[in-house]
Amino acid sequence: MALTTSDDLGYTPSTKGLWSWITTIDHKRIGILYAVSALVFFIVAGLEALVIRLQLASANGTLVSADAYNQLFTMHGLTMVFAVIMPIAAAFQNYFVPLMIGARDVAFPRLNAFSYWLFLFSVILLTSSFFLGGSPDGAWVGYAPLSTQITEYVRMDYYSIGAQLLGFASLASSINFVATIFTMRAPGMTLMRMPIFVWMTVVTSFLLIFSLPVIGVGLWQIFLDRNLGALFYEAQAAGDPLLWQHLFWIFGHPEVYVLMLPAMGIVSEIIPVFSRKPIFGYAFVVFSGMAIGFLGFGVWAHHMFTAGMGPVAEAGFGLATMLIAIPTGVKIFNWIGTMWGGRITFSTPMLFAIGFIAMFIIGGISGVTHAVVPANTQQHDSYYVVAHFHYVLFGGAVFGYVAGAYYWFPKWTGRMLNSALGHWHFWLMFIGFNLTFAPQHILGLDGMPRRTYRYAEGMGWDMWNLMSTIGAFLIAVSFLFFIWNVIVSYRKGKVAGNDPWDARTLEWSTTSPPPIHNFDQVPIVHHQDDFWYQKYGEDEEGRAVKLTPEQAGKPDVVEEEGGIHMPSPSFYPIVSAAGIAVLGAGLVFVSSGPIGFAVLGAGAIIALWGLVGWAAEPVTRGAH
Amino acid sequence: MAIATDDVFESDGQQDFESTGDPIHRTRKTAMWVFLGSEVFFFGAMISTFILYRNTTEGGPGSEIFNIPFTSASSFVLLMSSLTMVLADNAFQKKDQRQGRIWLIGTALLGLTFLAGQIFEFTEFVHEGLTISTSPFGSSFYMLTGFHGIHVAGGVLMLALLVAFSLGRRLSPDHGMNVELVALYWHFVDIVWIVIFTIVYLLQI
Repeated sequence: MALTTSDDLGYTPSTKGLWSWITTIDHKRIGILYAVSALVFFIVAGLEALVIRLQLASANGTLVSADAYNQLFTMHGLTMVFAVIMPIAAAFQNYFVPLMIGARDVAFPRLNAFSYWLFLFSVILLTSSFFLGGSPDGAWVGYAPLSTQITEYVRMDYYSIGAQLLGFASLASSINFVATIFTMRAPGMTLMRMPIFVWMTVVTSFLLIFSLPVIGVGLWQIFLDRNLGALFYEAQAAGDPLLWQHLFWIFGHPEVYVLMLPAMGIVSEIIPVFSRKPIFGYAFVVFSGMAIGFLGFGVWAHHMFTAGMGPVAEAGFGLATMLIAIPTGVKIFNWIGTMWGGRITFSTPMLFAIGFIAMFIIGGISGVTHAVVPANTQQHDSYYVVAHFHYVLFGGAVFGYVAGAYYWFPKWTGRMLNSALGHWHFWLMFIGFNLTFAPQHILGLDGMPRRTYRYAEGMGWDMWNLMSTIGAFLIAVSFLFFIWNVIVSYRKGKVAGNDPWDARTLEWSTTSPPPIHNFDQVPIVHHQDDFWYQKYGEDEEGRAVKLTPEQAGKPDVVEEEGGIHMPSPSFYPIVSAAGIAVLGAGLVFVSSGPIGFAVLGAGAIIALWGLVGWAAEPVTRGAH
Repeated sequence: MAIATDDVFESDGQQDFESTGDPIHRTRKTAMWVFLGSEVFFFGAMISTFILYRNTTEGGPGSEIFNIPFTSASSFVLLMSSLTMVLADNAFQKKDQRQGRIWLIGTALLGLTFLAGQIFEFTEFVHEGLTISTSPFGSSFYMLTGFHGIHVAGGVLMLALLVAFSLGRRLSPDHGMNVELVALYWHFVDIVWIVIFTIVYLLQI
């Protein structure tokens, strides 16, 4: 059978112009949209962090008021979690999961576009609060009664509705990934041959699917308390504010692994490639990921050790928390085992991956100290906690995702990121990061409380805080290198070719960037790391030997009848998402009188138009 | 579907569901099942909240205001709608769209009857002094049964769309929405009501 050309596609969507981006349902373009949005919001949340650090650079800071500070740190947290780390993970998952399993797209391309647009509009709604009524100011955890009692501002209405809508978006995309991975793998791609990154996507998706509805209920309860006079968290009417803490952390703790596991997956892809060895103990890495997922649901109350749950609950949750260190440690040993005896190249993705392991170990160890209940009571709400979760989420997750960006940029654009600039980025970020967050361990143990807009002189905190502020600006500078690198390399970078890293997984077997249908012919998979075995055989001592073209032969593919039918572009996903976001804006202002109701109604009509049109529209227009 | 663990990890996506029809169909059904799994947690969290607050009536009305015979009748109506839904699904599988439409309309009408019953019940309770802001008991009761009602209403809307699509000949595997998926959703909403009816109305601890 001749190679499939784009002429054989049922319908070739235009790839130029704004309209093509608005109506796109191609998982690769949606991945790029997620990545660009995440970078933009990273800059926003990063600037918020810099203002926070400037305010705290010296004692009695006067840059911002307490009120502004509360909004800044709340929005920094919300934005980084929901608008930076989750979408950058979604960017990689969208782009690479179908490629890695040999699929042509995700299971539901229009639902995928809907998820992206709903995410984008929700973040815009949340961020617009700066200009329209004030931003959420009750921390990203939104504890009652802070979140429920002050109803003269709409700030926490933004929180309740914004997080709710972001939850819908994530839920839709998680269901999409599960359906894709479970039912659309190429022939021969058994579950235990899937790349680790795909496995971690499975675990992450299930974590979101089971935890988002729980926070959804909590957020609606906040909304009802604020706007309809419900009494869920009203202590004076025997409502129990602790219920919120439970509901929040039943979501909030799995959420931490939602942020972490995709980064672990990326690192598990990068380290074998640059050590030129298969991942050490594949099954262990997979099952420890699942173990983290399961245990992640049983440790939520370690965030609440100071709430007075009683010794039995505290001991139980403390032990469960310590237990979770075991699968995490297993993963770290597997990464080190993979590097051991390998031929390691210190290219930029590998540097960031190793940085990830090192920083994540520090964050993991300070995390285990939280599992010890008496120590936890001392550390609670202090800068020690801030240091810990930044080591995990920045030193861990962000290093991992940046590693992924350097690793996969050639596949996205067909060009390499500049290696010298990449090294500058790494070292500045590595030093800046440690300078920012290492001193916060000391500050925390010395008693400096978090979420406090200033501190008095003479506490001995000035020097450490100043160091931390200088470090934060170093991180900012390091990202200027990154952004510069992206801009320059996108235009003039070295041309990458299909497989610049001599990598192992299927996404490298197609062109860079891949064609709209990903693979001209769907591959048939015979091994884990199948692409590697298309390129390499083994000699008698088990060393990899490059196959000659004659030895390699032609890769095994599915012989398909007829052309490939890709789903057609559609504008209904963006209409539905916009309608739901407008409806959300109406809910935020619903207690402010008729305007709220008008917006609500308009949103409902737009959403209904979008959803009904979507349901009535055939998947492939003009086919058959 | 009982698959030994070994088979799950050894088989590829192509073989898993070989017996259950064309690929896009099993993909959609997988997604619907996963979504319903998520819904279990949504209702689970609200049911937990209700159990926590079931006796926190703050001097207002408690579970004694429930009219068990009336709600039993409306529960029966909702359960019967599952039967008509099965008949509708069956008719569509036999490609008898006319018959299918009749059962779909029947299902939607039963759903609407249930909703009317719920509205009547809510109005009664408000007259007897139980509102969402009377007590945490009231808040959690209205939230739980209200969200269930919203789910039923969404289901009725989807049934109406299915009827319209069937009349407009837009009911085919090329369209995302189909009778089987809506049926899965509808049965789930019914089953949740059995749990709610048992825990909220019948178990008066």
